[in-house]
Amino acid sequence: MLDAEQIETDALTAVKNSNSLDELEALRVQYLGKKGALTQLLKQLGQLDADIRRSAGQKINLAKKNVQSCIELRREELQAALLTQKLQQEKIDITLPGRRQSRGNFHPITQTMTVILDLFSAMGFDVASGPEVEDDYHNFEALNIPKHHPARAMQDTFYIDGGHVLRTHTSPVQIRTMEQQEPPIKVLAPGRVYRCDSDLTHTPMFHQVEGLLVDESVTFADLKGVIIEFLSQFFGQQLPVRFRPSYFPFTEPSAEVDIACVKCHGEGCRICSKTGWLEVLGCGMVHPNVFRHVNIDAEKYTGFAFGLGVERLAMLRYEVPDLRLFFENDIRFLSQFKQ
Amino acid sequence: MRLSEAWLKSWVDIDLTTDELVQRLTMAGLEVDEVSPVAHDFDGIVVAEVISVQPHPNADKLRLCEVNDGSGDTVQVVCGAANVGAGIKVPFARLGACIGEDFKIKKTKLRGVESHGMLCSAHELGLSEDNSGLMLLPQEYEVGLSLRDLLQLNDCSIEIDLTPNRGDCLSVAGIAREVGVLTGKALKAHPQPKVQQTHQQVYDILVHNAAACPVYLGRVLKGVNARAQSPLWLQERLRRSGLRSVSAVVDATNYVLLELGQPTHAFDLNKLQGAICVRQANAGEQIELLNGDEVTLDDDSLVIADESGPVALAGIMGGLATAVDDDTTDLFLESAHFDPVAIAGRARRYGLHTDSSHRFERGVDPNLPQLALDRLTELIIDMAGGEPGPVSVMEDPQLVNQKKSIQLRQGRIARVLGMGLSDKEVVEILSGLGMVLEALDGGWKVTPPSARFDINLEEDLIEELARIKGYDLVPTRMPLLTGQIKPHALVQDELTQLKTKLIQNGYFEAITYSFISPSLAEKFFPELALLAVENPISLDMSVMRPSLLPGLVSTLTYNLARQVNRLKVFESGLKFLPQGSELQQRHCLAGLLYGSVVPEQWGQEARVTDFFDLKGDLELLLSGYEQPLTCSPVEASYLHPGQSGQLKLGGEQVGVLGALHPELAEQLGIPQPVWLFELELDALPELPVVRFETISKFPEIRRDIAVIVADAVSSFDILQTIDAQRPELLGEVRIFDVYRGKGIDFGKKSVALGLTFRATSRTLTDEEVEQAVNQITTQLNRHLGAILRE
Repeated sequence: MLDAEQIETDALTAVKNSNSLDELEALRVQYLGKKGALTQLLKQLGQLDADIRRSAGQKINLAKKNVQSCIELRREELQAALLTQKLQQEKIDITLPGRRQSRGNFHPITQTMTVILDLFSAMGFDVASGPEVEDDYHNFEALNIPKHHPARAMQDTFYIDGGHVLRTHTSPVQIRTMEQQEPPIKVLAPGRVYRCDSDLTHTPMFHQVEGLLVDESVTFADLKGVIIEFLSQFFGQQLPVRFRPSYFPFTEPSAEVDIACVKCHGEGCRICSKTGWLEVLGCGMVHPNVFRHVNIDAEKYTGFAFGLGVERLAMLRYEVPDLRLFFENDIRFLSQFKQ
Repeated sequence: MRLSEAWLKSWVDIDLTTDELVQRLTMAGLEVDEVSPVAHDFDGIVVAEVISVQPHPNADKLRLCEVNDGSGDTVQVVCGAANVGAGIKVPFARLGACIGEDFKIKKTKLRGVESHGMLCSAHELGLSEDNSGLMLLPQEYEVGLSLRDLLQLNDCSIEIDLTPNRGDCLSVAGIAREVGVLTGKALKAHPQPKVQQTHQQVYDILVHNAAACPVYLGRVLKGVNARAQSPLWLQERLRRSGLRSVSAVVDATNYVLLELGQPTHAFDLNKLQGAICVRQANAGEQIELLNGDEVTLDDDSLVIADESGPVALAGIMGGLATAVDDDTTDLFLESAHFDPVAIAGRARRYGLHTDSSHRFERGVDPNLPQLALDRLTELIIDMAGGEPGPVSVMEDPQLVNQKKSIQLRQGRIARVLGMGLSDKEVVEILSGLGMVLEALDGGWKVTPPSARFDINLEEDLIEELARIKGYDLVPTRMPLLTGQIKPHALVQDELTQLKTKLIQNGYFEAITYSFISPSLAEKFFPELALLAVENPISLDMSVMRPSLLPGLVSTLTYNLARQVNRLKVFESGLKFLPQGSELQQRHCLAGLLYGSVVPEQWGQEARVTDFFDLKGDLELLLSGYEQPLTCSPVEASYLHPGQSGQLKLGGEQVGVLGALHPELAEQLGIPQPVWLFELELDALPELPVVRFETISKFPEIRRDIAVIVADAVSSFDILQTIDAQRPELLGEVRIFDVYRGKGIDFGKKSVALGLTFRATSRTLTDEEVEQAVNQITTQLNRHLGAILRE
């Protein structure tokens, strides 16, 4: 009969040297299983003399316990090693790009338009739209631009037929709104407009946002307030702004609005043609003749209107050097305007 | 309007720098576009006389000149100009003279002969485009005098971009008036032109249309030397206003036009036949104009005619047949007032735009013709001689002075401007502008000067007050909000939501022109009537788009040509569909898909987009509507007949989708399928507000079945058949597989359906689910011949 201590020593050595959970399990069976070496010793205890049986039993049980805990310990070690190894194997290159669909963005003109609409919406303006093939009456006559008026030459018009044109400005929406609505009126009309002009600084189609406010006590001072507020919000700073007398047939007094050049801050550069100023919009008090066309009492009501060129503002906002880029739809251009 | 600062200063004292003057004009609404020097920056250039000219010993084209520059000794200069000759006076750049910044005149040797200076052409001095030879100076110029001082070249040309309402500023006198008001200076007195009439000959004038021509003055001027040239000072003033010198007579009419703003005309008296008559043209009458244009007139145009027919387009341009030429000796001078209404638009109609029509269209002071005629006569006699006769006056005094007075209320000023002006300020500003004021209770009766065609209403006067006072002095204020909040126009809001969804799904927004090429439009829509633009920029942009799709396909080809192989774009906007005499302008949202489903990446296979990628995008896009989305075949010649359809929401057609017809794609050179959709925004129903539905606490049961049906049976047929007798417990039905091939007979397919059953109040039993599944398979079998696949 083998000595329990000897078996224990062998077992502990084998367990410590075991390299896998399977091997360890085999050792457990070999020493502690039903037919295992220590189990066999215990079974043979009965054959021993009574006086030594007790101490021998204690020895065997102790050996069994030691082997047992050694196996547990080794199992934990092996499991930990196994986990570490598994985790090691599962390691990925987290610097690889994510799996994805592409994401688009709004056209820079739309983005600029949205900023404009949002700012004026916050000031209480609604949004309206109108047709792009417009009749002569709404595009010209009602805006105090009679046939043959030299002001018609200010806007190179695309003609569809004798009575219709491609709208040269979004101002006809003013008329359409006032025809349908009683004052107070606060409305914005964004949209495409067309002029028969195509060169470095003109495209035959571009975008305007027209604004109109009609109420009982609207003055030129209110016009200045609204425009200056808008411009400083849009450009995110208190810019020098100047109102310069000008002429539009549908406003009186009329003004063109210049801002200090955003590039050179008034020093004079290529962008502002060395003047230090950039013309950004036209505006004025609604002409009494316009009110007459839409049956609004010019004694009771006054109003102002303004029209801004969206491309101009977008070019300044994004520093786009060439107007024509907006309509080429080169994806390398469009995809720059991530939101 | 372009004029020289020095000329302006001869009319009004200006104690401002040029920059200050420009600023003041711009801020008063006379926007200065450009200020340019009238000559190159040079000094050390004097008048010199060429004493003698000898051939150059070593060069055929060069000459040796002895030049007297007034310094005492003659100077030897080598010169290559063809027009050099003894006795001429020319500009001479002495040694040390500078032209521009980096051209300094030094002693040089030309082919071995020393040259001590340079004889100059007008071009070299920046005085002309003409580079053909030396600039010849008048003989009376004294040698040694500085050319700069002599010609007042320390001057600049000011280009003012006048708005069309300010016809009164289209002259030196007009701008001077404005500058005077802005700076508080009176205009300098100008002596009345003196014309000593020396004979009594008059020419008959008939005015048939006095409303169009309330004033017509004529004068006979005999014995004129039409070959005479105008003096250099006058040529210089014209040049600095952008006009070239032609002859003394022509220059004189141009000078009066620039100085006073009154267009005039000189006829060759001996070419006129019978009385001058101002009348409407007869339709079809013809005239050959001074510029050589042969135009056929309509009866809406005013002409000056004689017995032979029209001799001038009134207020626009004279005729060639009666034009002054070198042999002309006697002139008939015209100085008239034409009503803007009679002239406006006519020049444009004949493809013309002249200095004269530009002014008459905007309005010329009707009280100007007499002064202008005398000034013209005086100038011509000064430069070319001549014997003046008396002035024939055809005038309708009632029509001339019909300028009405305007009432200006003191209270209205602040009501419009948000800023009041004192009575004193009002009177000062308006009378400074030449208006006559008469005090009324609470305001004034104001009569504007006859030159101001733009002042007709109280608002016009208020603008003048604000303009002269300065817009920058008007305070700023935020208007108080009144009225109620209104939502954005729906089309705007819903459109933004739809566009946002597309963007999240990978689409970029494009903006293409609303006009496209007719040939492209026809390729897509051979059957559609197109809306053409009468005066397009080019043929490529000459019809209004009947759909947004051709523009998007062009965007694709543009990008394909730039090595792009995947594109997802959309656009929104109007399309234009003429329907008989009506025109429909419909809001659309259209998109295009091309190339692989996902951008090239390591973790996913780059599968090429197919119909169901497109359809899936649209299902996602329209998922917010409560109406069911269906797709049924469509006939559209530009789409693939087997891979296209119309989209309906609750039976209402809202758009089309599909592949661009492969033949069309091939014509356009596009190698892979192009997936397109176009939605009619006006046809989309309103987006509903979501209504909450109870969530069942009890588990759902799912049963998957597969049925074998004929290939021709569409999945829509299957779903509709189930819907027709839908078991109450049936929830969602999902098609999760369609299979053809091994194990399935040819011409048939297996469609796998995932059926979900649920009840909100209890747990379902297997039996009732079995029963419902059986009902469904029976239905499918009865209506579609479907067989359950085991």
